[in-house]
Amino acid sequence: MAKNDLQGTLDLLVMKTLLQVGELHGYGIVLHIQRVSGDLLRIEEGSLYPALHRMEQQGWITANWALTETNRRAKYYKLTPEGRKRLEEDEKNFEHLVKGVRAVLRYA
Amino acid sequence: MSLLRRMLNLFSRTTLDHEIEDELRSHLEMRIDDNIATGMSAEEARRDALLRFGNLSSTREQTMEADVNLTLSDIWSDVRFGWRQLRRDTSFAWIAILVLALGFCGSVAIFAFVDAVLIKPLPYQNPSRLVALFESTSLGPRFHLSYLDYLDWKRQNKTFRSLEAYDEKTVALDTTKGKQVVGSAAVSAGFFRTLGVAPVLGRDFRDGEDTPAAARTAILSYAAWQNRYGGRIDILGEAIALEGVPYTVVGVLPQGFHFAPAATAEFWTALHGSSDPNGRGEHGLWAIARLKDGVTAETASSDMALIARQLANQYPDFDGGRSATVIPLTEMIVGNLRPILLLLLSGAILLLLIACVNVSGLMLVRSENRRHEMAVRSALGASRARLVQQLVTEGVMLAAAASLIGAGAAYGTIRLLLKLVPLNMLEDMPYLQGLGLNLHVVAVAAAVGLAMALLLSLMPVLRLSIAEVRSGLAQGGRSGTTTTWRRLGSNLVALELCTAMVLLVGAGLLGKSFYRLLHVDIGIQPQHLALLGLRAPGTTKQEQDIALTQRVLEEAGRLPGVQSTAITRQVPVANVAGGNTAFEIVGRPQHGTVYESNDRQVGTTYFSTVQARLARGRYFAETDDASKPRVAIVNQTFARRYFPGKDALGKYIRYDAASPVIEIVGVVNDIKEGPLDGEAQPVFYTPFGQDPGNSFFLVARTAQDPKEVLRSLDTTIHRIDPDIVVFSTETMEDRINHTQSTYLHRSAAWLVGGFAVMALLLGIVGLYGVIAYSVSQRTKEIGVRMAMGAQRSSINELIMNEGRRLLVVGVMAGSICSLVAGNLIRKLLFGTRPWDLGIFTIVVGMLAVSTMAASYIPARRAASLNPVEALRTD
Repeated sequence: MAKNDLQGTLDLLVMKTLLQVGELHGYGIVLHIQRVSGDLLRIEEGSLYPALHRMEQQGWITANWALTETNRRAKYYKLTPEGRKRLEEDEKNFEHLVKGVRAVLRYA
Repeated sequence: MSLLRRMLNLFSRTTLDHEIEDELRSHLEMRIDDNIATGMSAEEARRDALLRFGNLSSTREQTMEADVNLTLSDIWSDVRFGWRQLRRDTSFAWIAILVLALGFCGSVAIFAFVDAVLIKPLPYQNPSRLVALFESTSLGPRFHLSYLDYLDWKRQNKTFRSLEAYDEKTVALDTTKGKQVVGSAAVSAGFFRTLGVAPVLGRDFRDGEDTPAAARTAILSYAAWQNRYGGRIDILGEAIALEGVPYTVVGVLPQGFHFAPAATAEFWTALHGSSDPNGRGEHGLWAIARLKDGVTAETASSDMALIARQLANQYPDFDGGRSATVIPLTEMIVGNLRPILLLLLSGAILLLLIACVNVSGLMLVRSENRRHEMAVRSALGASRARLVQQLVTEGVMLAAAASLIGAGAAYGTIRLLLKLVPLNMLEDMPYLQGLGLNLHVVAVAAAVGLAMALLLSLMPVLRLSIAEVRSGLAQGGRSGTTTTWRRLGSNLVALELCTAMVLLVGAGLLGKSFYRLLHVDIGIQPQHLALLGLRAPGTTKQEQDIALTQRVLEEAGRLPGVQSTAITRQVPVANVAGGNTAFEIVGRPQHGTVYESNDRQVGTTYFSTVQARLARGRYFAETDDASKPRVAIVNQTFARRYFPGKDALGKYIRYDAASPVIEIVGVVNDIKEGPLDGEAQPVFYTPFGQDPGNSFFLVARTAQDPKEVLRSLDTTIHRIDPDIVVFSTETMEDRINHTQSTYLHRSAAWLVGGFAVMALLLGIVGLYGVIAYSVSQRTKEIGVRMAMGAQRSSINELIMNEGRRLLVVGVMAGSICSLVAGNLIRKLLFGTRPWDLGIFTIVVGMLAVSTMAASYIPARRAASLNPVEALRTD
């Protein structure tokens, strides 16, 4: 059975965001997810950072400091090839999870 | 991967802290900017940003945790804390580390020798299936066999896959710089195949290459190939000359190959035995064999005994009274070292034990003093597991430091011990080449280090669990646990004294044995004797040999400082008293028994030069030459064994029915022909003039140091004839000091003596520690006693009694253990009983004096306490 915990969902969202946008800082990730999900998903801003750092230590994303459009220093994150592979797996697992949960809900 | 990265982050924790701080701040600022852009006031924008973000400091910590492995961080802080603790108490740390390193070094260094000699297998295929074969005679179990016996053994046995003979000797090699003495061995064709060794270059001897008709071929040792021929590949097929006979080089042996019975052999030639049926009596070969699968050495032994009995019946003149000995090859090669190495290993283990006990005692005292610290830390919220982790870290640090220093010291000790082995003995022990910190030794060292770490961490942890941690805050409490632990400390000291006593008694017994050995009566005056081993080019005429020896005697006798000179075929005090023969007594029916004796050919002046003591009859005279009737001088053991209760003088003996009769004209006091600790064997001496040879020793008694005369003797010999090979030059005293038995006794005595001294020192320090600690704990009690009117002398007595009690317990236990230990090493003792009363008395005296001295200092301090101050201590 595939690994499908809901906690991993945050990782999935962050990595997918980085895949779609490329390089982005933590605040940008929060805004992106909120906008793309049509305001349905609001990330707990504080909980994002431990997740980002954990993923960095796992080698799924890398980071470097750069200037924003408003000339502020911010730490930009980017998906690594390893992270890309991980994302694919996570996506598959998530699909399974959703399918499974839906099947249970639709059972009459 | 990620774990490694997280560990590395440990070292840049502060940088990380700043980075996280910056990152979170930039997030908040961007949110504030956006909020202001939507029209909020600066204050509102800020509050909203913080609200959305949640708990800032907890986020910071969680983020940090994602980056850094915090368990490791704890350990690291423990290590730093432990380091500070040890730094604060440097004397404790250094004593503990040095004492442990001492025990570690001793046991690891000795184990390295045990490993090289007893554990590491010999460099042959399946060495446990190899055996050594000997003929046994009435003189002992390990004698040479003759070539014809070897052939019969090989043909008739049913228990060996193969059986091969070898003979080790020194030969003269023709080189561009003249003749050189080199070690060589002649082996039968299948010798290397039996060992399971193949040449690295060229080929092995072929079957049939060891017959008299075959061409002469030689295989080089790897060292000879490298050193003498520069490792040239084209050495194969080249001709070399040994004793003037040309040999063709056909192969080179592997680098790691060694064969201790012929350790110095550089040239291995195929054996060319003569199948002359009269040669059966010429016993001059050794043999090895490989057991067939499933056959034990015992089965082989009985099979060989049967064959030997048949041969003895078939050839009574040559093989009568002879049987066969089969022992494992390893037993033959290292058997004599086993007991001594096990002894040393036990000594080293005892020292390690005493070192550990000693440091445990120190730890006890220290943990007592740290109760307060532990209590404070636990009151400040340190969990029990955290305290244990702290103590374990400290123990591991001590053990690790001790192991590191100990390993370095062990390496040095091994090198030093090797240097102390005389070169000629080292050559005979090629298996020591692999000595060093190899895998086995490192594994054992690691195990010892781990055991030490375990002991050092267990001790305070147990202490922690027994003592009520929180009660430690009330520092003054002389609780029951303190007494328990003090008692344990004393018991440990008694154990140390007991161990020290065992080692001291052991050292005393071995030392006395060694003294006895060096002062054993060898029947001659060994001082001022120079010995030169000579071999003249082979001649067929006996007159030439005699003329040469006369010339040598004359020229050598004229040298300044030389008082008298003599010729002999063999010199006394050999590792093995070889050169024995069967003989019969004329006029005495044999009834199937065979008489065996060592026989020696000595020159006319030999007995007077070595200053032997004549018991009866006369020495040889110049007139006892080949033209006169044969004469012999026998030793007292010979006379006692073969003419019990009768006079040996005037009796006749002969080698066999075909040889001329020999009249016994003298009886000389026993001269040690074999090892110093060996039993006296029957020997008969015949005049060199009646049985000369081209290989002999020149013995010179000198007025001053014989070492100086050796050199001029050497040049004189070469002036007489440059073709004479001088294969050994030594003084008699060196010879005695360098024999294996002397060396083994000496090294045992010195090493165990060293262990014993260290053990005594540690025991005394331990005792001092316990008593001093007890005085510090009992200060208040002493104050009370004084206040109640106790005299200073009685306080002094009180403390001294503590030391005395420990001494008595230690000595009683030590006496019993020493008796057991003495009995175990009985075989290593020479002329000394295991329960030597004198040594026991001296050892007990030493222990008593040193323990009393060690308790006197704290006792004096206790007696000079000021009672008012003592009562005020908490």
